[in-house]
Amino acid sequence: MGDKKKQKLQPNQQQYQAFQQKREIKRPIFKNCIKAFLIGGLICLIGQLISTFYIYQFNFTEKTAGNPTVATLIFITMLLTGFGVYDRIAQFAGAGSAVPVTGFGNAVISSAIEYRSEGFILGVGSNMLKLAGPVIVYGVFSAFIVALIKTILTQWGGF
Amino acid sequence: MLQGHQSWIFENRPSILSTGTVGGPFEAKGKIPEAFDILHEDMWINQDSWEKAQQKMLEEAIQTTLKKGRIEKEKVEFLIAGDLINQMTPTSFAASTSSIPFLGTFSACATSMESLALAASIINAKGANYILCAASSHNAATEKQFRYPTEYGGQKPPTSQWTVTGAGCALVTQNGAGPSITSATIGKVADMGMTDPFNMGGAMAIAAADTIEAHFRDMQIDPSYYDLIITGDLGHVGREVSLDLLHDRNIPIDAEKYVDCGIAIYREDQPVLAGGSGAACSAIVTYGHFLQEVMKGNLKRILVAATGSLHSTLSIQQKDPIPCIAHAVSIEARGEHI
Repeated sequence: MGDKKKQKLQPNQQQYQAFQQKREIKRPIFKNCIKAFLIGGLICLIGQLISTFYIYQFNFTEKTAGNPTVATLIFITMLLTGFGVYDRIAQFAGAGSAVPVTGFGNAVISSAIEYRSEGFILGVGSNMLKLAGPVIVYGVFSAFIVALIKTILTQWGGF
Repeated sequence: MLQGHQSWIFENRPSILSTGTVGGPFEAKGKIPEAFDILHEDMWINQDSWEKAQQKMLEEAIQTTLKKGRIEKEKVEFLIAGDLINQMTPTSFAASTSSIPFLGTFSACATSMESLALAASIINAKGANYILCAASSHNAATEKQFRYPTEYGGQKPPTSQWTVTGAGCALVTQNGAGPSITSATIGKVADMGMTDPFNMGGAMAIAAADTIEAHFRDMQIDPSYYDLIITGDLGHVGREVSLDLLHDRNIPIDAEKYVDCGIAIYREDQPVLAGGSGAACSAIVTYGHFLQEVMKGNLKRILVAATGSLHSTLSIQQKDPIPCIAHAVSIEARGEHI
C-alpha cells in the first residue's frame, strides 16, 4: 500500500491496520517463487517437448512449430480446467501456472464455463474475455505504441 | 426491551423450537458432518445454476426445520432471511416457493444473527407466534460474483477464506421447548480502511470486538457469564486479532472459550486457508452444532457474534475500504437465564 493512501487514514485506522498486520498470516513469498519457478519451468519444458515433437515428426520448422505447440498447450489446459484440476495446480504454483500461455487459456476457458448458465450469447460470449480481455487490450495497445516508435525512427530518424 | 445503548433483552424468552441445516460435499468432509440434516454429494444439487442450487438448499433447510418442529407451513407468520448474492436472489426465490410472508435481511455473513435477533424481537413483542429465520451461501455462486470463475487458477493468499456451501434455518417461537434467546446486541458498521477482499477476517475482527464489548457493557455482565463466545467467520487471522483487541480493552476472554464457526466447520487439512466464511457458515455451525450442544446440556449459555463484511464488487473495484458489521445473540438453555 502506498504512503499516499495511508495518509488519508485516521490515526485509529492506521493503528488498527498495524495491529492487524502483525497478526496476519504472511504470503510465503520465497517459497512461492521457488514453486512458481519449478512449475512454470515444467510447463515450458512440456511446451519444448511438444515443439520438438512437431519439428521431428511433422514438417514444422522452429519458427512455424510455435502455433501448433500453443494450440496443444491450450487444449491440455482446457481439459485440466474442465476437470477442475487447473485451479488446484494454480493454488500451488501461483505465477508459475499464470504466466505461461496455459494461464491465459485457463482465464478464458474458466470464464466460458462459469457463464454458461447465462446463455451462449450474453453469458459465454460476452463474459469469456472478462479476465483475459485486459491482456488483449493492453497487448494490442503496447504493440501499437512500439510499432509507432519504430516507424518514426526508421522513416524519419534515418536509422 | 431496550437495554443500554444497542441491546435488547427478551424478557418473554422466545425459544428456538427446531433447526434445519443443509451442506455440500466439501462440508460433508469437514470437521462436523453430524451438524447437517441433509448433505449433498454434488455442488449442483440437480439444478442448472449455482444460484438455483443455493435456492434449493435454502428450501430444504426451511422444510427440514418445519418437519423437525412438527409445525405446518401455514402456521408460520414470517420468514426472515438473506444471502450474499446480488439482490438476494436465491432467498427471494426460495421465499416465493415457500409462500410465507417474507422479510429480506442483509448483513453479509452476519445475516444469520441479524435475522435471529429480529425474529426474537418480533416474537418477544408478541408480533408473531412462529418465525423462520435463515441464511444461505454457495461457494461457487459467491466465488463467481465476488472473486473469479470457479475453475480460474488464481493463487489465494493464506489470509483468504473458503465460502461455505449450505443453508441454516431456525424456527423461533413463543416461550416453548428448546433453548431461549435471551438478548441481542446490534452492531455498528466499522470501517478501518482495510481494502484487501482476501483478508476479510482481519477487516471484520474490529466489528466483532466492538459488538462483543458493547454486549458486555449494555448487559452489565462479563465474559465468564458465557460458556462459549462464538464468532461467525473470522477465520484464524480475525479470531486472533479480535481476541487480542478484546484483551487490550480489558475484556478477559479465555482463549479456549472463544471459538469461530469458520474454524469449527472444516478440518485443518482441508485447503480452506484461514477458514470458512459465508452467510451459511455461522447459521449452520450455530444451529447445527452449538445449539445441539446447548440442548444436550454440554453448554449452558452461548453468545454468537456473527460477522459480516459489507463490501460489494463495485466498492472493491472503486478502491473503497471494506465496511464490517457484527451482530450478537445470546442463547441459553432453559432454566439457565437470570
